Amino acid sequence: MSNPAESPRTLVIERVFPHPPEKLWRALTENPLITQWLMKNDFEPVVGRKFQFRSQPVQGWDGVIDCEVLIVDHLKRLSYSWSTMGVDFAVLWTLTPAEGGTHLRMEQSGFRPDQQQAYQGAKYGWQKFIGGLEQVLARID
Amino acid sequence: MVLCVKPANANPVFRALADPTRRAIFEELTRQGERTVHALTRFAGVSQPAVSKHLTVLKRAKLVRHRREGRETHYRAQPDALAPMVDWLRHYGAFWRDRFDRLEALLERME
Repeated sequence: MSNPAESPRTLVIERVFPHPPEKLWRALTENPLITQWLMKNDFEPVVGRKFQFRSQPVQGWDGVIDCEVLIVDHLKRLSYSWSTMGVDFAVLWTLTPAEGGTHLRMEQSGFRPDQQQAYQGAKYGWQKFIGGLEQVLARID
Repeated sequence: MVLCVKPANANPVFRALADPTRRAIFEELTRQGERTVHALTRFAGVSQPAVSKHLTVLKRAKLVRHRREGRETHYRAQPDALAPMVDWLRHYGAFWRDRFDRLEALLERME
């Protein structure tokens, strides 16, 4: 089985943008700006607020993602649940000042951050599990 | 739209593995090979009916297979059932990388 320390990721995308955190925060939390890079939405940066992302419907998918704001930590962290086609995810954005800009980290996992915290240190964390997936698959052949 | 690629196949797998006990049982089976319901009950530390229920969910997601031998039921992991889940994560990976590019372009345009 994989070593969780070596493959701790669920789905993580990271990038350093040459812009200050304030600007990234705006792009992540002002709904007309979110529409420009992500999807149409009625997001408001208020914990507990339910909103939707709407994408072009395609056959077998209505294009709707139901969300609820989970964390609003000004300029630092933003999280919302992400449910579509009966599958529940949580998306967690983390902003960290970096040399020449801001480090942005997006983590999408199968748990809400609060649940994840509850399982932290638990033997069978989701992250560890996903980290092991590819190794498990590699052994099938 | 990458978000809708074969999600129907991934749904039962995600749901089955959203539960920590089921995930633990599945991992135990991938590590140990075949296990009886009794052995899995001892391992999971919950009641046998609870384990049986979890195994039924895993079976529906095709994550485990069983066979009867005498009075014992033996379970075995079917890790290739994870493939749709891995696909799904890869598609989301492509989706988010594309959106990060768009975000970068937007930030350039913003004041």
